[in-house]
Amino acid sequence: MSGDVKTGENGAGIALDGVRLRLGTQDFDFDMALPAGKIIAVTGPSGSGKTTLLNLLAGFETPDRGRVLLAGQDVTALHPSERPVSLVFQDNNLFSHLDLFTNIGLGISPRFALSSADRDRISAALARVGLAGFEKRLPPSLSGGERQRAAFARALVRNRPVLLLDEPFAALDPSLRQSMAALLQALHDDTGNTVLLVTHDPAEVRRLADHALFVSQGRIALSAPVDAFLAHRNIPEVLDFLGS
Amino acid sequence: MTPAERRRALAGGVFSLAGILLFVGLAVFALLTFAGASSSSMSALADPYTLRILRFTLLQALLSTLLSVALAMPVALALARQRRFFGRIWIIRLMAVPMGLPVLIGALGLLAIWGRRGIVNDTLAWLGLQEPIHIYGLAGILLAHVFFNLPLACRLMLIGLERIPAEYWLVSGNLGMPGLSVFRFIEWPALRRLVPGIAGLIFMLCATSFTLVLILGGGPAATTLEVAIYQSLRFDFAPQRAVSLALMQIVVTAGILGFLTLFPAPEDRGIAAGKPVRRLDGRKIAARLWDVTVLSLAVLFLGLPLAAVALAGARADLPKLLGETIFWRAALTSLSIALGAGLLSVSLAMAITQAREAIAAKRNPARIARLFSATLGGTSSLVLLVPPVVLATGWFLLLLPGGDTSMLAPVLVLGINTLMSLPFVIRIVAPAMAAHRIRTARLSASLGLAGWTRLRLIDWPGLKKPLLMALSFAMALSLGDLGAVALFGADGLTTLPWLLYSRLGSYRTTDADGLALLLGLICLGLTIAGTAGLKIPEERDER
Repeated sequence: MSGDVKTGENGAGIALDGVRLRLGTQDFDFDMALPAGKIIAVTGPSGSGKTTLLNLLAGFETPDRGRVLLAGQDVTALHPSERPVSLVFQDNNLFSHLDLFTNIGLGISPRFALSSADRDRISAALARVGLAGFEKRLPPSLSGGERQRAAFARALVRNRPVLLLDEPFAALDPSLRQSMAALLQALHDDTGNTVLLVTHDPAEVRRLADHALFVSQGRIALSAPVDAFLAHRNIPEVLDFLGS
Repeated sequence: MTPAERRRALAGGVFSLAGILLFVGLAVFALLTFAGASSSSMSALADPYTLRILRFTLLQALLSTLLSVALAMPVALALARQRRFFGRIWIIRLMAVPMGLPVLIGALGLLAIWGRRGIVNDTLAWLGLQEPIHIYGLAGILLAHVFFNLPLACRLMLIGLERIPAEYWLVSGNLGMPGLSVFRFIEWPALRRLVPGIAGLIFMLCATSFTLVLILGGGPAATTLEVAIYQSLRFDFAPQRAVSLALMQIVVTAGILGFLTLFPAPEDRGIAAGKPVRRLDGRKIAARLWDVTVLSLAVLFLGLPLAAVALAGARADLPKLLGETIFWRAALTSLSIALGAGLLSVSLAMAITQAREAIAAKRNPARIARLFSATLGGTSSLVLLVPPVVLATGWFLLLLPGGDTSMLAPVLVLGINTLMSLPFVIRIVAPAMAAHRIRTARLSASLGLAGWTRLRLIDWPGLKKPLLMALSFAMALSLGDLGAVALFGADGLTTLPWLLYSRLGSYRTTDADGLALLLGLICLGLTIAGTAGLKIPEERDER
């Protein structure tokens, strides 16, 4: 792999500093600082603000007040493409009418101007996620798991220190989720990036996360290292989520 | 369906199809057998006059299509990119107006803006330009066809663009794709699949356009087949030529229909706001400026002629018009024909749909039943194959030996108007009935609901809205029709468009302006009544 950068140590930490936001009738109020180079799970009931949190970090939403910090840099005013983040959603990560090569190539150059080194990187990234030789395949001809692997390959070539995932495995069946989680873990170990993973699945928190958040009614109700998070007994909603 | 219901549905289908085939078949038969049609018509097909008309028909249709599609694209892209601004929903509604607007009114509005003494030429003259725009001729025809078809193309394209998954815009924003990349990799691939179908539809509409060419065409040099047929019959009394032109028109429409089957038909299922869409690319200053410019131009282009009609109409002596008995007689005639044609069209569409569903519901339909179903499915195409003026010509010739056509004229106009709206009505009714059946059929059957009870409690409440919408649309189409009336019109039968056209012909333009406003208001009222219950889902708040 070319372009492997260990970003873990030099701090791709994530912070929301007094961020306030009002959408419709709901208020959001986020204040948090998260460790760099870790996998962080974001949990909480539907509509609590998990996706809004992700949108704030990705730049799809700008706060009314406060600052967004990524890797120690104030990115509040930056366009999504200028922020050091890659994204993976639950579905539709790939343009379905474009083959995997083009889809991943757009991650390197949004104008799709590729050098031959770039082309090699695309093939290497596909091989790394277990899709060697899939360059010419169109997304509809792939399984759901394969499509998510291709989305990971794009994140890999983009090589940004922060990876934001919005329920990336929710559409996959349970057995597949485990192997995808293993792939995510392996890629994280390769690159040392900071991963923020929105999930509804407590098993995923146990399996992957180093740190976990619980979002409730537009606020961070709990932010703790995963052991402390799992051992937490004070908030009934968290207990409900953990199913204990 | 119970066996009795199935039998009834099949009988309704057979009856409807027989009626349509008879009505169209007799007209075509008359054309084919008209005194020695075979030899002389065939030779007339090749004479320079008809060939020139054919060439012009195809040329104007081609140019109209290219302009409509090319100009609609930036408008649709701008509407899709700017998700939230004051008046967005009204621009989308404005796009629907030309579809229900009588063509004659649109033509009047265009004349007021682009005509010899219209706003544009006045402005150009004031700026000292010597060469004002000549609206009569090819330029006017193209202008009018773009006015009516750009909104249609724009709506169909917007539906396609709205179907792009919301995540694509987030991904493109995150990757930092510039506008050109977004167009190349996201927007154009979505439009590319739609453009052939949309272009084919518009080409069909423009190749068979009658009223606009009649009013804006410039003499023999700018005449289409449809108008030439009319002039041959009404002015030159050359039925021989009318027959060969009519046959040529059928060949042309057959060619277009054949071409259209190669592409998926454009879907017009309303513009629904599904998931909220976040278009970051639309927030850039350059993109905003471009979109605002494009949308302003589109609104001016579509809105000014409509405003001109309203303004000119308001200046006319409306009380005097409303005091004339001829107005009320024409209005009554128009509304009766429109109501009759609308009801008949909706009934035919329902009967055809029900028969097809009855056949589809059987697990192993016999070959003859499958063939029958396919024929029913092709009714729309059959109707499109023989445009109103050609149909009218056939019947005109059929009744010629009898001399006086005034008794039958209203019936024929009603029949022609019915068939004219049928393809559009089927496109509204068939999917609505299919959706309704999927929703209710099993539950109704398990509860044993049938007959009158089911009609009153289940079918009517469920189908009321689409049926009323189809009815109002068919009525508006009939109310605005000039083609069928023009051939049979004269003293015996005066409809509102015909009255308007004859006032225009006798240079009583103020009267014509007033009539245009009244006719427009009636059509607008119908459209509002027809779509009253139908809520256009507004953009939901983004979360």
